[in-house]
Amino acid sequence: MRHLVALVAFLAFLLLSPLLLGVVNRVKAVFAGRTGAPLLQPYRDLRRLLGKQAVYSRTTTWVFRAGPVVGLAAVVAAGLLMSFGGAPALLPFPGDFILFAYLLGLGRFFTALAALDTGSSFEGMGAAREVTFASFAEPALFLCLVVLVRATGSMSLSGMLRAELPEIWHTQGPALLLAAVALLVVALAENARIPVDDPNTHLELTMIHEVMVLDHSGPDLAFIQYGASLKLFLFGALVVRLALGFPFSSTWWSLLAFLGGMALFAVVLGTIESTTARLRLIRVPQLLVAASIMGAFALVLILR
Amino acid sequence: MIATLVVVAILVTGASGLMAVAFHRRPALGQALACAAMCLGALAGVVAAVAALLAPAAPELALPWSAPGGAFALRVDGLAAFFLFPVLIVPALGSLYGVGYFPQARLGAKAIRLQLFFGLITGSMALVVVAANAILFLAAWEVMALAGFFLVLTEHQERDAQRAAFVYLAAAHAGNLALFAMFALLGRMAGSYDFSAMAGLAAAGGAATAVVALALCGFGMKAGILPLHFWLPGAHSSAPSHVSALMSGVMLKIGVYGLLRVAGFFRAPPAAWGTAMLVLGGVSAVLGVAFALAQHDVKRLLAYHSVENIGIIAMGMGLALLGRARGDAALVFLGFAAAVLHTVNHATFKSLLFLGAGAVIHATGTRDLDHLGGLSRAMPRTAALFLVGAAAICGLPPLNGFASEWLVYLASLRTVFDVGAAPHPHIAAVAAPVLALVGGLAAACFVKVFGTIFLGHPRSHHAQHAHEASASMLAPMLVLAVVCAAIGLFPAALLPALARAAAGWSGLPLEGLGRSAAEAGNSAWRVSAVAAALIVVGLAVALLRRRLLRRPQPGAETWGCGFARPTARMQYTGSSVAGMLVGSFRWAFFPHTKVVAPHGVFPHRSMYSTYVPDTALERGIVPALSWLAQLAARARSRFLGAVQFQALLLVSGLVALLLWLAFGGVQ
Repeated sequence: MRHLVALVAFLAFLLLSPLLLGVVNRVKAVFAGRTGAPLLQPYRDLRRLLGKQAVYSRTTTWVFRAGPVVGLAAVVAAGLLMSFGGAPALLPFPGDFILFAYLLGLGRFFTALAALDTGSSFEGMGAAREVTFASFAEPALFLCLVVLVRATGSMSLSGMLRAELPEIWHTQGPALLLAAVALLVVALAENARIPVDDPNTHLELTMIHEVMVLDHSGPDLAFIQYGASLKLFLFGALVVRLALGFPFSSTWWSLLAFLGGMALFAVVLGTIESTTARLRLIRVPQLLVAASIMGAFALVLILR
Repeated sequence: MIATLVVVAILVTGASGLMAVAFHRRPALGQALACAAMCLGALAGVVAAVAALLAPAAPELALPWSAPGGAFALRVDGLAAFFLFPVLIVPALGSLYGVGYFPQARLGAKAIRLQLFFGLITGSMALVVVAANAILFLAAWEVMALAGFFLVLTEHQERDAQRAAFVYLAAAHAGNLALFAMFALLGRMAGSYDFSAMAGLAAAGGAATAVVALALCGFGMKAGILPLHFWLPGAHSSAPSHVSALMSGVMLKIGVYGLLRVAGFFRAPPAAWGTAMLVLGGVSAVLGVAFALAQHDVKRLLAYHSVENIGIIAMGMGLALLGRARGDAALVFLGFAAAVLHTVNHATFKSLLFLGAGAVIHATGTRDLDHLGGLSRAMPRTAALFLVGAAAICGLPPLNGFASEWLVYLASLRTVFDVGAAPHPHIAAVAAPVLALVGGLAAACFVKVFGTIFLGHPRSHHAQHAHEASASMLAPMLVLAVVCAAIGLFPAALLPALARAAAGWSGLPLEGLGRSAAEAGNSAWRVSAVAAALIVVGLAVALLRRRLLRRPQPGAETWGCGFARPTARMQYTGSSVAGMLVGSFRWAFFPHTKVVAPHGVFPHRSMYSTYVPDTALERGIVPALSWLAQLAARARSRFLGAVQFQALLLVSGLVALLLWLAFGGVQ
């Protein structure tokens, strides 16, 4: 039964992630007074890209072609470790969150290398920014996860996000609140959202993630976009479960409530994107260091 | 029997260079024979190490040796056996690599010298690892240090190599001095110079603290723990690449071995030792990778990454020592396994990277990252193998770097549960985020290295005319890459043997350690399962991509925002990739920067160059020692400094001693 729930949750992760982007874009459209694209537009985009040919820069080598494949495979493998809405993951074990973070790192490593393979200075800029901000985001993520380890007494994501999480809020509320906010900042940075990066910007000089994938086209670009939506879903699952632990006794109900929470997460994301401005690039490390400091405060609170 | 095999391995590898001397008239044959001797010796040693790991008791051997206080006693326990693998395998592969990289037929005497000392250092390192007597240990240690000096000095006509070799020699002997003092103290505490007598010493008191401080100086100098790493970047970048692989991959680990061995002598070491090791390791790891990011020379950069990885190993050791202070078997196992496994792993991927860098230098003649570029077209095999090493050193799954870093994480997380309950310091809880920072920075650094060397357009004519490395250079790299992947995919297979070695090291009962090894093993198999899933999904996506893109795809110029004539000079350089991160570590560097800014409407000539020297060497050691030298020069009066007067002092001292002996002497 538990395995069935885990499997259903994993399939929901694979199938519903693009919808998350659809919701974010719709919320942003509403804020801007536009009708906006249909909610299912991301799926159509993916299908369109999968049907297209690809154009490759003559500078590129096999590294460029491997980038999107490894990036997508790494995020899917990371999904095996994530617990969705309190249900255990498909492959939980003590210390799985380390593998989770490093799998995302593997995807980032290959995406950045694929960008450098084009020999373009724009894509070089993107790669440099991506790896720089990632090394600031990583300690913040781990500080939050260490707080969760201590608060829940478990070393696996499934144990940390298990059904008893709401009770732990009663005793360790302040620390968990700080960790949740820090995690939200990390999620924004890792997924290239405003205020760190603007997914809709049109100026290559100011981009981070988008500029890295400028030269990808066709199915490769589809893999990258699908991978990005999966990654957003993974971070969303972490933040949503931490911030809104629904105390339902039935796992099915709690899964449904979790999916509702994910929709809420997308609305919050769209609201943040519509109401805040993008930070200047040199401010981004400061934001991430602030997230680390919040995580460190949470650690102090929980270790005292 | 097993110990005899180890002796055979030591003798055969140690003397392998003699083949090159004996057949100096037929250089190709001489080098082939030396390489064969090295490989056979290593094979014997590896067989012995495997047998020793499986044996119920540690094999021992004692041979007659008439050194005062010394005994030719060998002992191959679990710790020694694990260290024997890198100590023997990496040099054997290095000598095979040398056939293509440093051919005796072309280089003559230089290559003969190199092979002679290459064999000698291998044999002496193996002897250090299995020695069970302090005098034997120190003798082998000295041979290793001196052979290392001659290896660094291989390119003896170059000023850089001369300076690096001198700094190495001074550092090595300063370290030796500390070790002499340490073993003298240990010998007095134990009443014998045999390691068996030293086991189980009490860790309390000033003498024990002094021993640990001296070990940190002596062994820390060899291992390259910050700030004692100052000799390392110069020495590793001046030596030929397979020597760098040996020094960085293996010789530093002998320092780690020494630290572990001495820590193993004491019963219940206090928590302060573990804390000190943990803090030193964390600082080395972060600053090591920060300095690496700032380098332009690929070999200096890799050398700084050794400082980083030694830091990670030290963090594992520190956690294991904290576990022993606490009597927590699981923590001891995780920390010890992390340290030893990371030692083995670092030896494989760092050697792979140095050999890859050597292939690049061989093909292009330059070590400067910003003169390279686009080599993955001319050298696809080297590029692929280098990429395996780069991903492994960043700790990315499914390679071996992840397996050992994961164990360090697990150990540090274990302390999170009972932090505050003495004697765990709060600081242990921060080890995991620090390691995450190091991982992020290392990934950034290797994106820079791989991207600048192998991707994009060639940045100079050196890089344009590169050629693929020869088979004898690629084969050792392939072996190392396969080891990286094998340990990364099946880390659980090594854990039971590590538990036995941890039991021998810590003196804790095997049951507790075995239980935590089994627990960690269960998790490690899940890591393997996820790695398998990663590979399967990757293959499936690649197949899907191939089906969708059946026809050959059109090619085009890289998108340059409409600019159609990009040149290689417009690419992002290695310095620009690391620029932002280097900027945030400015407080630790003292960069030498030269800027000639462009002026006017038609700027004439502008330039920018920056170089980050080693802070410890340039700002610490060199000023301090020159101050000392000045002081000494002032203290030396003209009268006392005269040679005649010193000779007179010497002779009169000798005469006085003889007279004293003649009239009774020591009764």
